Amino acid sequence: MKLVADTIACTRGGREVFAGLSFSVAAGEALLVTGRNGAGKSSLLRAIAGLVRLTAGTLALEPDGDRSLAEQVHYLGHHDAVKPALSVGENLQFWTAYLGGNGDTDDALAAVGLDAIGHLPAGTLSAGQKRRLSIARLVAAKRPVWLLDEPTASLDAPAQSDLAGIMDRHLHGGGIVIAATHADIGLKSARSLRLGAA
Amino acid sequence: MTAFNALLMRDIRLTMRAGGGALMGALFFLIVVTLVPFALGPDLALLGRIGPSILWLGALLASLLALDRLFTSDFEDGSLDVLLTGSLPLELAVTAKALAHWLTTGLPLVIVAPVLGLLLNIEGGAMDAVALTLLAGTPALTFIGLIGAALSVTLRRGGLLLAVLVMPLTVPVLIFGVSATNAAVSGPVPFGPPFTILCALSLMSLVIGPFAAATALRQGLE
Repeated sequence: MKLVADTIACTRGGREVFAGLSFSVAAGEALLVTGRNGAGKSSLLRAIAGLVRLTAGTLALEPDGDRSLAEQVHYLGHHDAVKPALSVGENLQFWTAYLGGNGDTDDALAAVGLDAIGHLPAGTLSAGQKRRLSIARLVAAKRPVWLLDEPTASLDAPAQSDLAGIMDRHLHGGGIVIAATHADIGLKSARSLRLGAA
Repeated sequence: MTAFNALLMRDIRLTMRAGGGALMGALFFLIVVTLVPFALGPDLALLGRIGPSILWLGALLASLLALDRLFTSDFEDGSLDVLLTGSLPLELAVTAKALAHWLTTGLPLVIVAPVLGLLLNIEGGAMDAVALTLLAGTPALTFIGLIGAALSVTLRRGGLLLAVLVMPLTVPVLIFGVSATNAAVSGPVPFGPPFTILCALSLMSLVIGPFAAATALRQGLE
């Protein structure tokens, strides 16, 4: 399995964010997208997730399956997609069911260290705990490509190493991680793609 | 189908838990309907005559009430992005959301309408007709409103724009809803034709609404 981008370009609000960008990420590989603010890191991730249209080029997961690329990615954006009125467990159960996972949500909660507070309303969580809950979604529903936009934002040191472990397991299982970040997110042997160098 | 049900149940649960939930629309409906007799004075014959129209207007306003939050809350907390990466086609996802909205807002209106009819001096048999036309017509209000909700999703304070966008489109529903009710109450026109058109309007919006809303959402998120 391989994610291939062929001379892709993206324009937002009349401004060219990136153009002529080509890269490929094979199963078990991680790609760190770096670049200054506004270099188009988030736009690139959103484009891979199918949330932003490409103005040129193609993006595909090879070999072609019967499912579209968007159905095979997990997108972890700036917002956590957590509903404060639902409990921690209900939030995760909903996303797991919606994203087509049959994974055990208890295991996923344990993986991010929230298993003791699964019954609490998500509105009472701190920013870092919401982030962890958001990450639990990636563990509970299996999808090959993970798109992480500043995944370590508001995570404390233990949570960051938890996340590094989770990403490692995903990569060992033949997954793909593409992360946009400024910080070191603890991925060994990740390749890096620098945007906006010109 | 699990994804559809999961989204439907989540939205129903969210509405029920968020301050009053399904009661809010019904209470608003009650207030609107209660104000009318005060504004018109105690003319029972007049109230009985225009009562069905008042009920329909009240239902129209009440069903628009919670509509502006339908997509905005999901947009603001990032849920909409994740919803778009689901295997469920966006058209079905917005249908699930609209259905949840109707079950928590439209259906309670249909249920309380006969009770409110008492306040407006509408007779027993006519009350059934009002409830029946509301049952057939409120899905149209929700699914037409769905388009407006999707169009105004990225706008801050889009609520007012939503009302301005949606209200003109609900005119046919209002016309045939009220005329079907009037036909049942006072005749001499038969009840059948306007009621059938009302059902047709609901079915049409059921088909067009999700496609238009999904397209609007995809454009809005660009």
